[in-house]
Amino acid sequence: MSLLVVQILNGLQLGVLLFLIAAGLTLVFGVMNFINLAHGVQYMLGAYLAVMFYSMTGSTLAALVLALIAALAFGLFLEFVIFRHLYERDHLDQVIATFGIILFLNQAVKFVWGAAPLSLPIPEMFSGAVVLMPGLLYPVWRLVIIAAGLIVALMLYALVSWTRLGMLVRAGANNATMVSALGVDIRRLFMIVFGFGTMLAGFAGIMIAPILSVEPGMGDTILILAFVVIVIGGIGSIRGAFVAALLVGLADTLGRSFSVDILRLVMGPSPARTVGPAIASMLIYLVMAVVLYLRPTGLFPPKGRRS
Amino acid sequence: MTAQTSSGESFVVREKLPLALLALFLLLPVLAAFGTESYLLDLFMRVMIFAIAALGLDLLVGYGALVSFGHAAFIGIGAYAVGILGSHGITEVWISLPAAVLAATIFAFLTGMVCLRTRGVYFIMITLAFGQMAYFLASSLAPYGGDDGLTIHTRTTLFGLAPFAHTRLFYYIALGCLAGCYVLCRALVVSRFGRVFRGARENATRMATLGYDIYRYQLTAYAISGALGGLAGFLLANATDFVSPAYMSWQRSGELIIMILFGGLGTLHGAIVGALAYVLLGEWLSDLTENWKMIFGPMLVLVVLLARGGLIGLATQLMPHWTRKKPEPQP
Repeated sequence: MSLLVVQILNGLQLGVLLFLIAAGLTLVFGVMNFINLAHGVQYMLGAYLAVMFYSMTGSTLAALVLALIAALAFGLFLEFVIFRHLYERDHLDQVIATFGIILFLNQAVKFVWGAAPLSLPIPEMFSGAVVLMPGLLYPVWRLVIIAAGLIVALMLYALVSWTRLGMLVRAGANNATMVSALGVDIRRLFMIVFGFGTMLAGFAGIMIAPILSVEPGMGDTILILAFVVIVIGGIGSIRGAFVAALLVGLADTLGRSFSVDILRLVMGPSPARTVGPAIASMLIYLVMAVVLYLRPTGLFPPKGRRS
Repeated sequence: MTAQTSSGESFVVREKLPLALLALFLLLPVLAAFGTESYLLDLFMRVMIFAIAALGLDLLVGYGALVSFGHAAFIGIGAYAVGILGSHGITEVWISLPAAVLAATIFAFLTGMVCLRTRGVYFIMITLAFGQMAYFLASSLAPYGGDDGLTIHTRTTLFGLAPFAHTRLFYYIALGCLAGCYVLCRALVVSRFGRVFRGARENATRMATLGYDIYRYQLTAYAISGALGGLAGFLLANATDFVSPAYMSWQRSGELIIMILFGGLGTLHGAIVGALAYVLLGEWLSDLTENWKMIFGPMLVLVVLLARGGLIGLATQLMPHWTRKKPEPQP
């Protein structure tokens, strides 16, 4: 029982992390129709910058703030120099150009900080574990990640639903040309949305850095998971990204921890140990396949937009 | 280079580039004999193997506008078929080759059924995700090496003989496969099937209105493309004596797309030129510096921003007399 609770919490933690990354990805795609593979390296960069600023200042809070600013600055730099020339291009060009940026940054990170994994200590205040129920300890930092993710999700929801900027974003996702024709500086809107997405990915990287090892290529795996999330949720939909992120996070975590036990019910222990991990590793993709087979545009396709 | 453009020119003039490529590949072992033979043959073997997979990809991307970002999975599945059969002592080509091709085809067919229900960017992401699925499946195959991969102790045999163990013979087998695939793809593209498939790229609604079931044509093309990937995987496993999940990584899929983009989309021989350019460029840059990807990455961005139509497109702009315009796709 306590194992189940722990794994659900772990699943939630992965879910909110995925949401932080997928939110930026889905917004950028929704508004600009731009597929950004380099979103994963922004997450990696966030983690590296946090490690760097921590070693310079010795304070986690300072590292967080400085890394966020630096990640934002770098994202805007990329937008200004490269990405804005790609908005009008077809998806294939966008894929290849952003793929080139991934190659560059993964190698550059190795070049600057070395190939060995780095780590960021958990801040003093949040280190250790709390007793959730008798006999169940859970690391505080993971709870902090869940809380931070949920707060960001709420803020994002409020921002998109109730502010003028959010209205423009929703309108842009619907019909960017029309928004532009109504006198909105669409380039500026693009830049704001892009910077915001970059910052969220960087934030995710910073938050996860104390738990995972910070290494080159760490953004690649998470990027694919984020793609699965936004495809399941419906590209362009924040709500869809949130639901799908939790779904994927939980399915992946629970699948990995319980697949062998569940399979043991229907087959011998030895084949279960072989088949279990294989099924667990494919589970989220199977979920995605089923969802898309039934609803080719995802669970919450934004209204008025054709895929 | 469709049948329509053929009038008035001799076969040799018309097929300049493919013939030149063929001559290069045919003569290479002779030239290589003067240099470091095994190194050059290995290098060009890699070129030909990737060219086969890239041909299949070009069929989808260039002629169907279906940007598949999970193509490495087909290569990996073909390679794993060889590896897994080999680990059970089955190395006969009559079993392992069909197994490799069929496994990749079936995987393509099943995933294609889902992927092709979607369009555009959804298609890119779903093929990407299915590629990753295959990758993680291979990583979790503990009996077959898992993450570490699987060493192939015996290359594929033919009635107990070992043609794949003989480097030069293997080289020509690979060349034969490449030439065969190229001719097959050319024939496919100009066939009635190919016309419908290309028509769907231009205007899917119109083709559907004309009474064609686009989905079935695209699914067939997707499966054929997967089969070519499986063949490439079969050759790759034999060439490297090793299979690992890394063959299916999404970076590998990206590299295949880069190849066809380098060579120019929708030309077929562009896929071969692109594979050649990509492998040689990578080899050259990695000799130059360990951090070659820091050069290659920005280069890709520049190619996308500046050189549209790939290397062949660039050559067309620079030397209009030597190269001819690509035929306009038919409506």
